[in-house]
Amino acid sequence: MLEQVTMPAPARAAGDDIILDVAAASCRFDVSAPALSRLFSHEPRRILRAVENVSFTVKRGTTFSIVGESGCGKSTLARMVVGLQRPTEGKLSFRDIRRADGTIGPPRVQMIFQDPYASLNPRWRVGDIIAEPIRELGLRADEMAIQQRVGDLLETVGLSRTDASRYPHAFSGGQRQRISIARALATEADFLVCDEPTSALDVSVQAQILNLMVRLQKEFGLTYLFISHNLSVVRHMSDDLAIMYLGRFVEAGPAEQVFTRPQHPYTRLLLDTIPDVERPNRERRPMSGEVPSPISPPAGCTFNPRCAQAADRCRVERPELRQLGGVRVSCHFA
Amino acid sequence: MTATAAQPLLSVRDLRIVFDGRHGPLTALDGVSFDIAPGEILGVVGESGAGKSLTGTAVIGLLDPPGRVAGGEIHLAGQRIDNLPAEQMRKLRGRRIGAIFQDPLTSLHPLLKVGDQLVETILTHLPVSRTEARKRALDLLKEVGIPAAETRIDHFPHQFSGGMRQRVVIALALCAEPSLIIADEPTTALDVSIQAQITTLLKRLCREHGTAIMLVTHDMGVIAETADRVAVMYAGRIVEIGPVQEVTRRPSHPYTAGLMASIPSVHVRHEHLNQIDGAMPRLNAIPPGCAFNPRCGRAEAFCRENKPGLPLSGHAAACHFPLKEAAHA
Repeated sequence: MLEQVTMPAPARAAGDDIILDVAAASCRFDVSAPALSRLFSHEPRRILRAVENVSFTVKRGTTFSIVGESGCGKSTLARMVVGLQRPTEGKLSFRDIRRADGTIGPPRVQMIFQDPYASLNPRWRVGDIIAEPIRELGLRADEMAIQQRVGDLLETVGLSRTDASRYPHAFSGGQRQRISIARALATEADFLVCDEPTSALDVSVQAQILNLMVRLQKEFGLTYLFISHNLSVVRHMSDDLAIMYLGRFVEAGPAEQVFTRPQHPYTRLLLDTIPDVERPNRERRPMSGEVPSPISPPAGCTFNPRCAQAADRCRVERPELRQLGGVRVSCHFA
Repeated sequence: MTATAAQPLLSVRDLRIVFDGRHGPLTALDGVSFDIAPGEILGVVGESGAGKSLTGTAVIGLLDPPGRVAGGEIHLAGQRIDNLPAEQMRKLRGRRIGAIFQDPLTSLHPLLKVGDQLVETILTHLPVSRTEARKRALDLLKEVGIPAAETRIDHFPHQFSGGMRQRVVIALALCAEPSLIIADEPTTALDVSIQAQITTLLKRLCREHGTAIMLVTHDMGVIAETADRVAVMYAGRIVEIGPVQEVTRRPSHPYTAGLMASIPSVHVRHEHLNQIDGAMPRLNAIPPGCAFNPRCGRAEAFCRENKPGLPLSGHAAACHFPLKEAAHA
């Protein structure tokens, strides 16, 4: 029961080839006071464990989602995947893939950020924003071809060719997020890390962007690592998902299975507490307590102070992430 | 005829807010009318720029120039309040209308202990001694669910987490026992598990104190869980209003229907989400007739010329061709 088992076959027909392999990755930050102050106040070093011993694989052409509340380490994990943050321990590796043009190599990775107002340079024309990665990577030979490509990309994401000459301020939040997506696609990316891509948008615009992302995935065989705190959006997008709590996976597996049969108490509580438009005015028991600080996480199972099922064992012994049917769960009572 | 037989606590009629700009006046709010009964939670939902926060700001009298109330009336318990002199409005604010804003960090003074902020607010509005005020402050903190309130009362805002800070802000709004609270996106900055704690708290307070709440949010889920009635806003107008169960289950305005269908479900996975193409018009380009007509699948020539009115009935939609006859129309 306890040995590490590989992930089961995906529920839906998608590539079986693994594109990203994360093995026991951890990321810790030293948040201690300066050495001299520590010396005088006799304070120990303080280590923030943002991500602890996380392992998963992402299959090509699928969407892997990471869900959790603020401070659970989901954005740090995303930053490690795109290489903006080095893992303190463990390894993240991209496998070589065969691209549409026949070449074999590691996938091109791009990121889509949460805030479309902060992620576009306000002084650049949209055309230049999208052309920048093409020029930088030398993907097109001459200026004509670059402009042609920029125009095509704008049309792909549902904007018009003439938008290339306008500045970002002329666009709404949803349109800016389309520009971000076009910029990511400009590199002929295979793997997109999307950090809360729709949290800053209104619901009707969110639907437009999610539909666009699903269409692009089918069209170009993209792989998504999707970071979100919104469970309904995650349900809509994911093939596989992982629920994170205080830097660790508490439950991971095929999305359908986790949503229909949640096993970890945290997953169940999350599903129970999200506001639900389909069941108006229901009475519910809100989850008590708050996420503890990742600098001094509780002993044993990190969720035990908020868990209704917690027993003495949970306060002492940390549960391992173990395979249970199709999913991996870290709970003594699952 | 209003849905509730009793006199409404807050009554807004034909509210029009205009911003005087360089290129002429922009109408940000156009003919907004609604009532809130005592002890009722009215949810106001809409996309950014629909005018939902502006409505709350106007009710509480905090509209900043160049914005101004260009028409309509606001009554609080029978008394007209939109034309009160600034000094009287200042006394009324906090005493009879409380406010909770989105970001709990900016609504608290960072250099004052939370207890002192509560005591100061109580002393401003109520004729009590400092000792009594402090006792009341402590009771309030306990009531909004702050653990170890006796020690927490002397802490500074930065020592509280986001959820706890929002509880302090709610305590602050409750100081003078107002009969109406304007809550503008009170849970938006919080995590889902904390969000549920705050909405449950608001509901409990509303029941126990008989306080009416105008809950402004973009999150239909929060409205569905918390509100008794909901008003859906689009381009500065209310397009649909009614009991929350009816509006969410049987929306009558095409915009509400589109909005409801574009929310991904947590229960089932759909291949494709319904989307409303296009975007809400800017204030300087609101189309004539029904403001939703360019995005509406049911729009006809009539919609492009005639602005639909909103009947004041139980469940009503401002639409010439509503999806179903509203239940009590």
